[in-house]
Amino acid sequence: MADIKVLTDECTGCGTCVDTCPFGAITLENDVAVIGDKCTYCGACVEVCPVEAIVLTKDEKPVQADISDYKDVWVFIEHERGKISNVSFELLGVGRKLADDLGCQLCGMLMGYNVEDFAKEAIAYGAEKVYYIDDPVLKEYRTEPYSRGAINLIRKYKPEIVIYGATTQGRDFAGNVATTLYTGLTADCTGLDIDPETKLLRQTRPAFGGNIMATILCPRTRPQMSTVRPKVMPMPKKDDSRTGEIIRETLGMTEEEVRTKVLDFIKTEQKVNLVDADIIVSGGRGLGKPENFKVIRELADVLGAAVGASRATVDAGWIPYEHQVGQTGKTVRPIVYIACGISGAIQHLAGMKTSDVIVAINKDPDAPIFKVATYGIVGDLFQVVPALTEKFKKRLGK
Amino acid sequence: MKIVVCIKQVPDTEATVEIDPETKTLKREGVESITNPFDEFAVEEGLLTKEKYGGEVHVLTMGPPQAKDVLKNAYAVGADYVYLISDRAFAGADTWATAYTLAGAIKKIGDFDLVICGMEATDGNTAQVGPGIATQLNIPQLTYVDKVTEIDPENKKIKVERLLENGKEIVEAKLPALITVVKDINEPRLPSLFGIKKAAKLDIPTWTADDLPVDKDKLGLKGSPTEVIKVFPPEVRTGGEILEGDIDEVTSTLVDKLMDLKVIK
Repeated sequence: MADIKVLTDECTGCGTCVDTCPFGAITLENDVAVIGDKCTYCGACVEVCPVEAIVLTKDEKPVQADISDYKDVWVFIEHERGKISNVSFELLGVGRKLADDLGCQLCGMLMGYNVEDFAKEAIAYGAEKVYYIDDPVLKEYRTEPYSRGAINLIRKYKPEIVIYGATTQGRDFAGNVATTLYTGLTADCTGLDIDPETKLLRQTRPAFGGNIMATILCPRTRPQMSTVRPKVMPMPKKDDSRTGEIIRETLGMTEEEVRTKVLDFIKTEQKVNLVDADIIVSGGRGLGKPENFKVIRELADVLGAAVGASRATVDAGWIPYEHQVGQTGKTVRPIVYIACGISGAIQHLAGMKTSDVIVAINKDPDAPIFKVATYGIVGDLFQVVPALTEKFKKRLGK
Repeated sequence: MKIVVCIKQVPDTEATVEIDPETKTLKREGVESITNPFDEFAVEEGLLTKEKYGGEVHVLTMGPPQAKDVLKNAYAVGADYVYLISDRAFAGADTWATAYTLAGAIKKIGDFDLVICGMEATDGNTAQVGPGIATQLNIPQLTYVDKVTEIDPENKKIKVERLLENGKEIVEAKLPALITVVKDINEPRLPSLFGIKKAAKLDIPTWTADDLPVDKDKLGLKGSPTEVIKVFPPEVRTGGEILEGDIDEVTSTLVDKLMDLKVIK
């Protein structure tokens, strides 16, 4: 078992470790740091201690696989409703960089039924090879056959790294794959790079609603796997003249073995979905009543934007849950986020504060949303928002 | 129906960790612990399922001894049995080792029909433990569930609605199964005074590594494939410009600035 202890003679009781501990596991007792049961051995305190008074010993790990045969970077090519999800292209972009840094190939992992064109598209976006399983059982995404397919491909071809989009699909089955293969999976990464010395994949992700960042390694098992948030990595250029190899494999699972069945799909009425949107216009309690979401929708329509909402408006039943941005709703990262009548509670900020440009419109000059806004307008949203809608209409010739 | 609900104690989201702008360290003063918000929906769904189809609700959590608090809350609203899974050997578990340990506890409870988890926890935000448990138990999983449409205990089937990016998917699975639930699924009830009193007196059973059907090499930090090497504050986003002038001026300025981004077409 790992062990952590405070060298009581060295400890000066400065409290730096108490403030740093992400888990609130350290307290000061008689001016000496005491590490309690909440400790997860993350080592954050060891790093910050100015007098090196905290000693962490991690024992030899039995989780150890023969990792020498593993090579290449794989990207899961996700598709939904007849098209490849944008995040898969973004992953081919970052995957290219990882493969170049490791001096290996970039490959796609594709599953589906009659979707060979997607393999060609993945090649146009930079994949040198695509491993493809074509089977009627894979026609609609389901956890079990997709996990089975991925596990079989990974066991056979031994990729060093596999990355998936942190979408409902990627987050749904990557956990199964990692569990079965007994390897690591880091969720919702916003940064991936290769350590120049160890050649390990450094996976950086936000935690605690974005209040801390953590860098995570998967040193002893393979493949190293991550899910990556959509819209974090830049979109690479498509080049239809690129050529690559398509390697076909079989699924080895029959319909009878699958324990789930998709009965229906009801498409949302939203024109633009929040996660993919480049522009989001969101409304909060300042709207006063449900009908007033009309002013938000009008601006969103002119801008081709998605409509977001604060928790308060969703809880009040003004707008469906699928619109909620924030800790118990969706995490979004558009280029422009326009918050109208939203005060900016910490839970809301957790879901949108990495947007490129944030616009806040609120009549309260002290609203916390202004602390993160790129541009703020202090004023009545019922005057400001319709004025913006009119001006954009004119400017865009609509 | 034997229903098992997995819950987690997390720092209160109302006062979640913040960065001290001067020292660049995390401020944690006055941070209380609460039940992960998504897990409240999981507990409620367990209770609703029991009320509709009969059976019992078992709630478990893995964590330090103080995590008992969240079990007391679950008991106060109506859970039939609660268990604390706690041992220093579990500390430092990543999602792999956490799912492995919880699956061990669920196997010990045994003979279950439905496992319910929250979609994710508000501290780690991984959404990986639910799928990990389903895989360890070799049962089908249905994630992002916003409605349980129907359960057929006779024929061992469950039908649900899953909330996806572009719409809702209606799916059917064989029981036993695991579902992870989103906020929209129900409205958690509040405990009664009687429930709170009953929970206060409850002696909560604690299971350690020795009590579970698990391989001890696969627990805690030791059994975790991933390793956190660095924890650091994000770049602090600072407020920008407050646009000054009358409505016409400020809106014109904003339109210019946003058009310059070349994303609005």
